[in-house]
Amino acid sequence: MVGTSSAPELEIHVYDLPAPELAGRRKQTAIVAIGMALAIALVIIVNSVSSGVRLAQANVLASVYGVGTDITVNQTPAAPGEGEDAGPQRFDFDAADGTTADGTTSVSRTRLEANRGTSTFAATDLATVGEVDNVTAAAATLSLTNTTFDGALPDRTIGPPAAGEAPPEGGPDGAGGSSFNVDSFTVLGLDPADTAVGPLSAMTLTDGRTLGSADAGANVVVLDAAYATTATLAVGETLAIAGTDFAIVGLVTSASADAATAANAYIPIDVAQALSGLAGQVSDIYVQAASSTDIAQVQADIEAALPDTTVKTQAELASSVSGSLATASDLASNLGLWLSLIVLGAAFLIAILFTISGVTRRTREFGTLKAIGWSNGRIVRQVAGESLVQGLLGGAAGIAIGLVGILLVNLVAPTLSAGATASAQAASPGGPGAGFGQAAQVQAPVDIALTAPVTVSVILLAAGLAVLGGLLAGAIGGWRASRLRPAEALRSLA
Amino acid sequence: MYELTNVTKKYQQGGRTVTALDGVSLTIPDGQLVAIQGPTGGGKSTLLQMLGALDRPTDGTVELGLANLSRLGDRKLGDIRAKEIGFVFQGFNLIPTLSAQENVETALAPLGVTASERRERAAAALASVGLGDRLTHLPAELSGGQQQRVAIARALVKNPTVLLADEPTGNLDEDTRDEIMDLLEGLWRAQGLTLVVVTHDTAVAARAQRRLQIRDGVVREVA
Ligand SMILES: Nc1ncnc2c1ncn2[C@@H]1O[C@H](COP(=O)(O)OP(=O)(O)OP(=O)(O)O)[C@@H](O)[C@H]1O
Ligand SMILES: [Mg+2]
Repeated sequence: MVGTSSAPELEIHVYDLPAPELAGRRKQTAIVAIGMALAIALVIIVNSVSSGVRLAQANVLASVYGVGTDITVNQTPAAPGEGEDAGPQRFDFDAADGTTADGTTSVSRTRLEANRGTSTFAATDLATVGEVDNVTAAAATLSLTNTTFDGALPDRTIGPPAAGEAPPEGGPDGAGGSSFNVDSFTVLGLDPADTAVGPLSAMTLTDGRTLGSADAGANVVVLDAAYATTATLAVGETLAIAGTDFAIVGLVTSASADAATAANAYIPIDVAQALSGLAGQVSDIYVQAASSTDIAQVQADIEAALPDTTVKTQAELASSVSGSLATASDLASNLGLWLSLIVLGAAFLIAILFTISGVTRRTREFGTLKAIGWSNGRIVRQVAGESLVQGLLGGAAGIAIGLVGILLVNLVAPTLSAGATASAQAASPGGPGAGFGQAAQVQAPVDIALTAPVTVSVILLAAGLAVLGGLLAGAIGGWRASRLRPAEALRSLA
Repeated sequence: MYELTNVTKKYQQGGRTVTALDGVSLTIPDGQLVAIQGPTGGGKSTLLQMLGALDRPTDGTVELGLANLSRLGDRKLGDIRAKEIGFVFQGFNLIPTLSAQENVETALAPLGVTASERRERAAAALASVGLGDRLTHLPAELSGGQQQRVAIARALVKNPTVLLADEPTGNLDEDTRDEIMDLLEGLWRAQGLTLVVVTHDTAVAARAQRRLQIRDGVVREVA
């Protein structure tokens, strides 16, 4: 007789083949495999959805802050009343502003100013930023709001209205009353030669052309397509900004379908500076770092070089993403993670308990096998092999269920709304509006359809968990089986 | 050849000590057919476990050939069971989810026999107990007598030197009982095994060369 050397031990033996074994234990196998399958499906779906949420978050940020922007630089707004533009926006009228006809004076005034809550800083800072190590690109923009006030005043009015800080109240529109119309839109001045970084980089041209280096100093404007539709404007027409007619040369839309654009109108920055009286001023600088590992260093260096500015990284900006997207993100990363861990733990526990109870029920079987000479190792391998097969069955089913779940998520594609409200005041071009509540245009939440990507690593993770669960249950069950004393095991059946 | 010297086996049960075997000394020459009889609780199964290397005595020595079963570790005892000893149980103890042939093959699994040889030998062993046409049947698809034949084939497929049977006919009706005893006797005769059969049945015991009576853990030869 051949001894039990190690080589033959590795051979596949009849009873080592779990298939016929399992066939006779369909119920237990089904329960363990279903538990495992549900847990693994959940892990796959949660994992996939949370990477979908992260993707959506990145999209939102890209649409608001521009593709490829790693860092934004702006200045903490000055306290109200300090700056030139601080304090309530005023429209002062004098006789020269209006024309009088039929007993009514028509007045119209336009202002182009830096956004409320935004403060501007010297454009020379852009050069400073550009000199920081590992900065591959930097672009400056100037966020402005163009506000037009039209009104018809009755002759009787003694003097001009005091202020236009709020839409006029109670001004009767009828005979002898006044009628006012306030219109505003956001204007972003940017370097027409360099649109690779910054808000315009996230846009797709839908009509006409985009700004180019030849446009410096020219009165040309590229409009957000949605705004153009609302204002019934088209390429070839003109738009008055600060009383100057601009030729509309192109329309853009956000690269991601539902995202809000950074501004309503884009014009060359030098023109924007001249018209707003903010010569040599910018409101935001968009910075691209050489690599993601350089971001922290670039941020620190810019902060050191420009101590008055606020320097934010994409990661910090991400925390400003709000709305249901943020909720989904929290949910996916917290609740989803815990849920899948708990379900996974429960599935493992079920697998272990069932394996142990199976071993207990099969005491006679294992006692018999020991009596006819099976070693402990062989019995452990047998039990582990059986539960590994259960785990793999469960894993395969779980991957299938998980993929169906992901397919459903992608078919339903729930929309998540997101805004960048928290830091928008400081970071986002357009910012909150100055007076007249016109800011909603830019602040409108971005709707992002959630997609759940499937990655090979998720599938591998699931398969790994299935194997792990099977082996864990098998190892524990096998250990129990190997501890049975054959004499006791045989006696227990009498 | 078995050589038992002053074998005592005690069990602790709820603070009470049960002496299942009480100083048993016994020699069983190779090739003998021994019947063990005695009242319930007398110690028959316990003695068979000592002979079968399933357990070690509390005291005394059990020798099988050159091996001292009372001293060897679990692994060595397992090896001896795998190679030298065949068991037949009252309850057949077949694996319910394996076919007749696969059940027989389990006995060859620890011996490092190739899969094809294993299948051949199992089929041959089943043929020798008259079940050559039942290879793929599950235990539940076989009668009690047929199941016990599968168990006998499993015990003998490894060509052991000893066959130990604990009430092998206890679960069978009278006709089948005779059938199984005929089979065991025939195999014993043909293969020159040492065959130890525990039985309540005097008719079965009457076929043995030698009869032992165990009562309260003490063995007595029956003339
Ligand atoms: N594992 C054990 N723990 C405690 N007591 C035991 C154990 N095994 C056997 N005994 C006791 O030892 C004695 C002998 O038991 P054994 O099973 O050998 O009797 P037996 O002759 O085979 O009886 P039966 O005819 O009922 O099978 C009995 O009193 C029994 O209760
Ligand atoms: Mg007994």
